[in-house]
Amino acid sequence: MRFKRIYTKISNITKATCTLKAEGARYGELARVNGMPAQVISVLGDNVTVQVFSGTEGVSSHSEVIFSGSPPSLKVSDLLAGRFLNGYGEPIDGGPELRGEDRVIKGNAVNPVKRSQPSTLLATGIAGIDLNNTLVTGQKIPFFANPDQPYNQVLAEVAMRAEADKIILGGMGLSNDDYLFFKNTFTKAGVLNKIVCFINTSENPPLERLLIPDMTCTAAEYFANDQKQKVLVLLTDMTLYADALAIVANKMDQIPSKDSMPGSLYSDLASIYEKSVQFAHGGSITIIAVTTLNEGDITHAIPDNTGYITEGQLFLKQDADIGKVIIDPFRSLSRLKQNVIGKKTREDHPQVMNALVRLYADAMDAKTKKENGFDLNEYDKRCLDFAKEYSRKLLAVDVNIPIDQMLDTGWQLLQTYFKKFEVGIKEEFIEQYWHEEQTINAL
Amino acid sequence: MNTGKVTGVISNLIFIEAHGAVTQNEICLIHTENKRLMAEVIRITGTQVSAQLFETSMTIKMGSLVDFTGRMLEVELGPGILSKKYDGLQNDLTKMSGLFIDMGQTTPPLDSDVYYSFTPLIKAGETLHAGDWLGSVKENWIDHKIMVPFVLKGTYTVESITKKGDYLINDVMAVLSSEKGEKIEVTMVQKWPVKRAISTFRQKIRPNKILQTGLRVIDTLNPIAEGGTGYIPGPFGTGKTVLQQAIAKNSKADILIMVACGERANEVVEIFTEFPKLTDPDTGRTLDEKTTIICNTSNMPVAAREASVYVGMTLAEYYRAMGLKVLILADSTSRWAQALREMSNRMEELPGPDAFPVELPATIANFYSRAGLTELNNGAWGSVTFIGTVSPAGGNFKEPVTESTSKVARCFYALSQKRADAKRYPAIDPIASYSKYLDYPEFVENTDTSIQKGWVAKVKKCKDLIRNGLEARDQISILGDDAVPVEYHVVFWKSEMIDFALIQQDSFDDVDMNTSLERQQYMFNKLMEIGDMEFHFSEFEEVGTFFKQIINILKQMNYSPFDSSQFKKHHKELEKALQNMREKTLTEL
Repeated sequence: MRFKRIYTKISNITKATCTLKAEGARYGELARVNGMPAQVISVLGDNVTVQVFSGTEGVSSHSEVIFSGSPPSLKVSDLLAGRFLNGYGEPIDGGPELRGEDRVIKGNAVNPVKRSQPSTLLATGIAGIDLNNTLVTGQKIPFFANPDQPYNQVLAEVAMRAEADKIILGGMGLSNDDYLFFKNTFTKAGVLNKIVCFINTSENPPLERLLIPDMTCTAAEYFANDQKQKVLVLLTDMTLYADALAIVANKMDQIPSKDSMPGSLYSDLASIYEKSVQFAHGGSITIIAVTTLNEGDITHAIPDNTGYITEGQLFLKQDADIGKVIIDPFRSLSRLKQNVIGKKTREDHPQVMNALVRLYADAMDAKTKKENGFDLNEYDKRCLDFAKEYSRKLLAVDVNIPIDQMLDTGWQLLQTYFKKFEVGIKEEFIEQYWHEEQTINAL
Repeated sequence: MNTGKVTGVISNLIFIEAHGAVTQNEICLIHTENKRLMAEVIRITGTQVSAQLFETSMTIKMGSLVDFTGRMLEVELGPGILSKKYDGLQNDLTKMSGLFIDMGQTTPPLDSDVYYSFTPLIKAGETLHAGDWLGSVKENWIDHKIMVPFVLKGTYTVESITKKGDYLINDVMAVLSSEKGEKIEVTMVQKWPVKRAISTFRQKIRPNKILQTGLRVIDTLNPIAEGGTGYIPGPFGTGKTVLQQAIAKNSKADILIMVACGERANEVVEIFTEFPKLTDPDTGRTLDEKTTIICNTSNMPVAAREASVYVGMTLAEYYRAMGLKVLILADSTSRWAQALREMSNRMEELPGPDAFPVELPATIANFYSRAGLTELNNGAWGSVTFIGTVSPAGGNFKEPVTESTSKVARCFYALSQKRADAKRYPAIDPIASYSKYLDYPEFVENTDTSIQKGWVAKVKKCKDLIRNGLEARDQISILGDDAVPVEYHVVFWKSEMIDFALIQQDSFDDVDMNTSLERQQYMFNKLMEIGDMEFHFSEFEEVGTFFKQIINILKQMNYSPFDSSQFKKHHKELEKALQNMREKTLTEL
C-alpha cells in the first residue's frame, strides 16, 4: 500500500466540487472526500479542486480528503461476464468483488493506421435499419428519440437480434423500471453469460454517470482486443451524460457555449464514441447509443455534436397512418452502409433503397399538398398508397425478415405502384428484377 | 536551454514557472517518469507560462521539470512525405509500435534509410536565393525539388553541387556560401515553422484557371480555380465527407494533402484502405502515391488539431514551391476552431460570439490566405488550392466559424438538409452556392479558350433557369397544380431536369462519380438546348410525364461510359423523344 495523503482543510465547496490546499496531487487522480469518491479536475500550485461524484451534501470545511494516487480504473477479466456494476465498477448484484488486471479507464486511442475498415454486416432483421440504414460491426450510431418513444425497447430488441459475443450496457440516469426491463430481457433471453452492465439509475447521483461510458468502453476494449470478440456496446441515455458534464463545467465557472453545454462537449463525446473500432484480428466494438431529444430538436448541442461524431443516426417516428413506430427514412442515416450494401448484400440493394426513399419523399409532398387542400393528381395518389404499404411492410420496427426478402418486397412495391421510368433505377437491374406479371395497378 | 517547472494542470492546459526568457509559441518538453511530453507556449505573464499540451495530462506531477526548446512547432520537409500517414504533429503513424498510441510516442516523419536518385539542376558558381531549385529527386513519380532552405535570407553562391546519383536524405547535396563567406551545407531535408507561410515565390496572382474536380455541380456551375479557396458548410448527414472524398479522388491536382481534423477515425481508415487501390484518373498511378494524410481524429489530443491544419498547409506550400498543383482538403475547420475555443476558455479569456476566441475571424482569414497561385523565381507556376469543410452548430450558417470563413473563401458549397433528406446528392444547394471566380474577367477569358466561347454566360443562364424553376415550384405549391399556367410547370420541370441530370451525381457509381470536363461540356450544352426549347402542353400532367422520361434517359446516359454504345443508344432515345415533342408542338401550334 502506498502512503495515503490526508488533508482536512477545504477552502471552497460548491454543489459538485471542493477546493483545498494539498501537495503533490495529480490531475485526474481519484480521491475520497468524507469517504465519498471524487476526482481531481484542476491543480493550480497547491490549490486542488476535486469533483465529488455523489454531490457535496454533508461535506464540511473540515472533512477528510484522501488522495489515492491513481486515476479511476476497472478490474478486467472474463469474470466481468454476467455482472451488474455501478459507475465505479463495483458490484450491485450482490455478487463477489471483481478480480483481474486493474486497467485505467479512458485508455489511449487506437492508432488509425492499425484500424481495419468496418465492413462486416450487422443484421438486425429490422428493414428500417438493414435495408435503409445498414449497420456494420465497428460502427457507432445513436437512436435519436423523443422521451415518449420506446427507445430502450428498440435498443434491447436490436441487441438481442444482432450477432455479438458480448453485450455491454452502460445505463446513465436509467429509470429503475427500464433497468429492470433490460435485466429481465437479458435473463429471459438466457444471455446473462454474455452481458456486462454498468448501471447508474436516476436514483443515483448524476455525476456518477460521468464514469459509466468510460467503464463500459474499458470493459469492451478488454473483450474486443484481449479476447478478440465481437462486442456490442449499448449506451443509454447520452443526453443525461452530457447534462452531468454541464453541471461540472458550470461549477468550475467555465464559460458555457451553445445550450449551456461546455465548449469541450464535442471532444468529450468523441472520446467515448471513437472507442468503436474494427481490429484486424477480428475483434470489434460497435456502439449503439440513445440520445433523447427535446421535441425532436436536433439542433440542440447534444444531438448536434453527436451527429457530427457518430456514423449516422436512427430516428424513431410514430407513423399515424399505420399506427406504428417506424425508422424515419429521411432523417436516419448509416454512413458505413456503403461498405456493405451491394457488396455484402445483393447488388440491387443501393438502387432499390434509394428509389423507395425518393418515392416516399414524393408521397410526403403529396401529403402536404392534400393537407393544404389541393387536388391530388393520379401520380400523387399512387404515391400515397405506396407510402402506407412501404411504411407497414418495411419501415415499422416490428418487421423481422432477412435482407433479400426486404429487397424483394421493395421491388414488389415499386412494380405495384409505379412505372419503370418513374423509379429511376439502372436498366440492368430493371431487366433482372422487374417482373411484368407482378405489375398490378400500374397504368 | 531554458527550463521551468510545472505549477498547475487543468486538463491539457499546463502552468509553468519559467527560469529565464521564454518565447510565445515556443515548444517545451515536460518531463514525466520516462517520457517527454510536447507542449506549446500560448501565454506568458512574467515568469508564469501557460502551455497547451499535445497529450493527455494524467501523468504530470507538480514540480516536473520543463525544457524550453527555443524553437516553434516545425515540420521536416524533404522527399518521402508523399504516401505518409502523419498525426497532427507530423509523427509517422505507420512507424509507431502497438495497436494503441502510447503517450509521448514520437516517430521520424521522413525515412533516413531510403536512397533517392538525385539529379542536379544547377552548377557551381551560380547565385541563388531561398526556394531556388538545386536538384531533383524522384519521389514516387513526382519530381521532388531539393531547394535552397527557405530560412536562408539574401544571396548565396553555389560552392559545390553533388553529382547525379543515389543518396540518403541527410547526405550533403550542395554547399552554399553567403555574402559574408559563411559556408552552408544543404541536405535534402529542411525545417520550417508551420505557423509561418512559405513565401519564396516572385508573385501571387489572381486564380484564372479551372481546377477540375469531376463533380458537375462544382466544375460546371460553381468552379473552383487552381490556387483558389472554397468551403463546404453543412449540417451533419448532408454528405460533407463523401463530397470531400469525391473531390479528392477525382480532382486533377498533382499533390493531394488531406487533413482529418477532429473527425471520425473510420473516415481516415477508408482513405487508407481505398487510396492505394484507386487509380488517379490523370496519371494512371495509384492515388496514394500523390497523397499525404494528416490525421488528428476526434479521439486524438485536442491541442494537436490546430497543429494538424498548419502542418498540412505547410506541406502544401512546400510542394507548391516545386512548381506543382497542390490541393489541400481539411475536414473540418470547425473542430480546429473548437480546439481554440476550449483553450481560450481554460485560459479564462473574455469570449467572443458563441464563446469562440475574439481573434477567430483573423485566424481563419490568415489561414485561407496561404492558398494561392504563385509564380516562382524561375518563372514556373505552382498553386495551393484549399477547400475546408465547416460543421456549423445546429446546421445554422449564422455562427462564427461559417461567417468568418464566408468572408475569405471564394467558393461556397452550401449543403442543404432538404436536399439530403430527399437523397438528392451531392446535396449542394444550387442557388445558395456560388463561385466568385465566375466573375473574374481572367477566369472568363480562360474558359472562353479552354472550354468554349461564352461558357460563363451560359452557366449564369443555367443558374437563372434553376432559380426560375424554384420560383415556379413555389407558385405551384401555393396556388395548386391547375391554378397556374401550364407554362409554370414547364419552367419547373426544366429546372428539375438540370437538378437530376447535372447537379445530382452518384459518388458510388464507377462511371457517374467522375465526369470529365469534356463530357460535362457536352451534356451541359445538351441540357441547355432542351432548356431553350419551346414546349406546348395542353395540361400540366403531360409536362411531368414528358420530363420524367427525359430525365430517366439522361440518367441512363450519366451511368454509361462517355461515347460508349450504351451512351449512344440512350442518346438516340433522347433525340427521338425530343423530335417527337418538337413535331407535336409544331402540329398543335
